[in-house]
Amino acid sequence: MTFPLVRDAQGSDRNELHTMSALTIKVVVLAVAFLAAFAFAAHAESALVRNCTWCHAGSAQGYTPAPRLAGQRRIYIEQQLASFASRTRDAPFSKQYMWGAAANLRPWEAHALSVYFSNLPPRAADDGDRELVALGETIYQRGMPDANIAACVACHGPRGEGAGAIPRIGGLAYTYLKRRLAQWAEGYHGTLVHPMPHIAEQLSRNQIEELASYLSFLN
Amino acid sequence: MKLLRSHLLWLVCTAGAQLALLAFALPMPDARGAERPLRVMGDVQAKLAYCEDCHGRSAQGFHGYFPIPRLAGQQPEYLKNQLEAFVEHRRTNNVMFNVAHSLTPGMIAALAADFRALNPPPLGGGARSLVPTGEKIFQNGVPEANVAACAACHGPAAQGIGEIPRLAGQLSDYVYNKLTNWSKERGQNPTEPDISAVMSPVAHSLTRPQVEAVAAYLSYLK
Repeated sequence: MTFPLVRDAQGSDRNELHTMSALTIKVVVLAVAFLAAFAFAAHAESALVRNCTWCHAGSAQGYTPAPRLAGQRRIYIEQQLASFASRTRDAPFSKQYMWGAAANLRPWEAHALSVYFSNLPPRAADDGDRELVALGETIYQRGMPDANIAACVACHGPRGEGAGAIPRIGGLAYTYLKRRLAQWAEGYHGTLVHPMPHIAEQLSRNQIEELASYLSFLN
Repeated sequence: MKLLRSHLLWLVCTAGAQLALLAFALPMPDARGAERPLRVMGDVQAKLAYCEDCHGRSAQGFHGYFPIPRLAGQQPEYLKNQLEAFVEHRRTNNVMFNVAHSLTPGMIAALAADFRALNPPPLGGGARSLVPTGEKIFQNGVPEANVAACAACHGPAAQGIGEIPRLAGQLSDYVYNKLTNWSKERGQNPTEPDISAVMSPVAHSLTRPQVEAVAAYLSYLK
């Protein structure tokens, strides 16, 4: 915020700067220093956050393969961090990135991060296959009782918003949703033993693609 | 070596015996004493697992986005009536309408018997401090508001009977949501009046704090 001001002062407005009184210059310098100190302090505080946003993207909207954290449920984030630290959640990317990232987080840090990310506004990834959205919506909102496929809406909510420990899945990236749903049935472990592994086992490859497409547009 | 061989022999023998036992044991008599064919039994088990995806392990209820009620220990006739209520639009619920539509009468009977036999501990969840007040209302009613004792119909241990549901161990937020919204939850089809009409005056006469107390009491009841 202060950069354009400085650039202007050194550039086109050089003459004007010369005409400023000593007092004005002192005030400006003090103000800039004051603001810079604040910016630096905020920066230092957010070192924790920056360690996450390297992968999860600047506003935590997700960046393949790291999922969006913005707007995720606080309790869910905290539980996932704990499950990475205890090496319970064991899919390849979890092992590769998150085991290390969560290993040295102190409980208060995990809590602070969860509070921070859960309060950021989420944006939908909008990256699924639009032609599959209607089929995905049917599975999500109604389930497929004949095939023993539960309706996702009962736990994840009408807009995929989640609740408490149940994650917000509306608007997550297509590839992330697809991978997670497949991994439940591939034997990788999450925080839960019930009911997601059993539910995901009932889903065909096509149904997973339909659900992931529908959810990627949901906000 | 000798030890290993005898160990292997033992494994092979018992594996065979266990398989044989399993084959005989699978078509177990159900709660009504009748035998179920193996294929149907597999279907029932798969359907039961599907129900538990939402209604919680051993059907003890689950706090999803919506409170999903406990079915364990429930009265079979009540369950059957409610599933019919979804189909007949006496209860409006898109998800359960679809579920109830897909169930055959035979499957409903088998599932209801299985749920009746389940007895997991209650999930709890209500405020402990409200339990004594809730117990008093449940057992004695609220005479000054003309509310009869819940125990008179639901039984002193809230186990229910016939079409009157078991309430013991039900999720507190589920009970609260239903009782505070009774006129929009049950008896929704005027052409098909049902037993839910009995509850209407009770639900209207109870105050919200009273409902909260009863719901808390029931959520811990075994």
